Amino acid sequence: MPELQRTRLYATHVALGARLVPFAGWEMPVQYPSGPLAEHHAVRRSVGLFDIDHMGQVEVRGPDATAFLQRLQVWDLNKMKEGDARYSLACYADGGIVDDLFIYRRPDRWFVVVNASNRAKDVAWFRAHAHGFKVMLNDVSDETYMLALQGPQAQATLSPLCPANLAQMPFHTGQETTVAGVPAYLGATGYTGEYGYEVFFPAEKAEHVWGALLEAGKPYGIIPCGLAARDSLRFEPCLPLYGHEISAEVDPISAGLGWTVSFDKGDFLGRDALLQTKLEGPGDRLVALEMVEKAVPRQGYAVLANDVEVGRVTTGMYAPTADRYVGLAYVPADLAAIGTELAVLVRDKPRAARVVKKPFYTPAYRR
Amino acid sequence: MKEYTYDRNARYARTHEWVRLDGSEVVSGVSDVAQDLLSDVVFVDLPAVGATFKQGDVFGAVESVKAAEDVYMPLSGTIVAVNGELADNAEWVNQDPYGKAWFIRIKPANAAAEMATLMDAASYKKYAEEEAAQGH
Repeated sequence: MPELQRTRLYATHVALGARLVPFAGWEMPVQYPSGPLAEHHAVRRSVGLFDIDHMGQVEVRGPDATAFLQRLQVWDLNKMKEGDARYSLACYADGGIVDDLFIYRRPDRWFVVVNASNRAKDVAWFRAHAHGFKVMLNDVSDETYMLALQGPQAQATLSPLCPANLAQMPFHTGQETTVAGVPAYLGATGYTGEYGYEVFFPAEKAEHVWGALLEAGKPYGIIPCGLAARDSLRFEPCLPLYGHEISAEVDPISAGLGWTVSFDKGDFLGRDALLQTKLEGPGDRLVALEMVEKAVPRQGYAVLANDVEVGRVTTGMYAPTADRYVGLAYVPADLAAIGTELAVLVRDKPRAARVVKKPFYTPAYRR
Repeated sequence: MKEYTYDRNARYARTHEWVRLDGSEVVSGVSDVAQDLLSDVVFVDLPAVGATFKQGDVFGAVESVKAAEDVYMPLSGTIVAVNGELADNAEWVNQDPYGKAWFIRIKPANAAAEMATLMDAASYKKYAEEEAAQGH
């Protein structure tokens, strides 16, 4: 196994008592001594801080930067003003998903956040399609640190450390500012279903900014949060995770992410395949399942209809805020209607489950 | 290494279940070490009363936020009772692993011989510490 990378906060996490696990080639905190449930609830109820420096960042500049990215991902970038941030997907020609992306329109460049597990693949994919475009691609992941400050008290925590007018900063925007005196690009973005921020800044300042945010959040009971809480927090609002809900084998329409696709923007990679899937309807759909018989559905468990396997669970768990035993799974489209009675095979025993409405938790910014 | 609690009256399997003699039956659950490794427990899957297992068989599972872990029969025998209260109080496994969070009562088939294969509290403590040191 290749050696795992460590973020610059590795020693800080160890000192905090974190349990570290391999994730996407990195040794990352999965939980701190407070435990995943407490971390989950801290973010839903107040504020939590995540080291997510494993995430990758790619800058796209040059006269053809917009045209290039219009071809490489599915959203119409002309709908984005300077300072806007947007969730999108990069697709293969057959409609399969290369990666999901968060795209920021900065004054002089597009700033694209990619998954750690896909960083090398994405950069190679982008470069392979750059021919004929006057475009500069720059993987700035190593020199850029990324922290996520999430929860209803994220704004109150960040305010004393940041001169930006946070109260007037709409969700899904970004701006240049400083955080704890460090030049930073601040995104009002996140992956938890709560309001919050993702902060990008020079990597050598990691310990300083981390420490300042933890200190500023003390009045609100801030705690550091690990990957386990990050997973349960993104799962409840049904935000997809690459390798689980989305992959090269899955297209955005089947995944319920058709809303990310701008069919009217002209040609882009995957357009023909996606349009066909949209018009014909996908064969399988991603559905939400709730256990009728108490059990925990887990990734990879078989989903049954009349004792026949019809799909697999992509993510499942006890959802802490929803207080429900639930999962996401791909099933044939004719079994995807709300209320459909299915079963999940849990340790060789079929346990009754039912298709329910997504999401399990309505994000704060959608209420 | 964290300081864990060990029930001195119990014996322990390498898979972190404890057993305690209670008359002609034994009570079993998972250790303080096990609950900490699992972290927040959200569900305990227990067998039917009357089921019979051999030592080392999987008899159920304990599920945390993150993962499901099998639990193994510390002794061969028949299940004579399960702790039904865990269905709605899975967090007891974290709070009181040797007490309120007992899992099963077993009528053992071969207690005398099999008890000798389990560790006493001092041996188990040493075993758990060595396992932790190896990064398990």
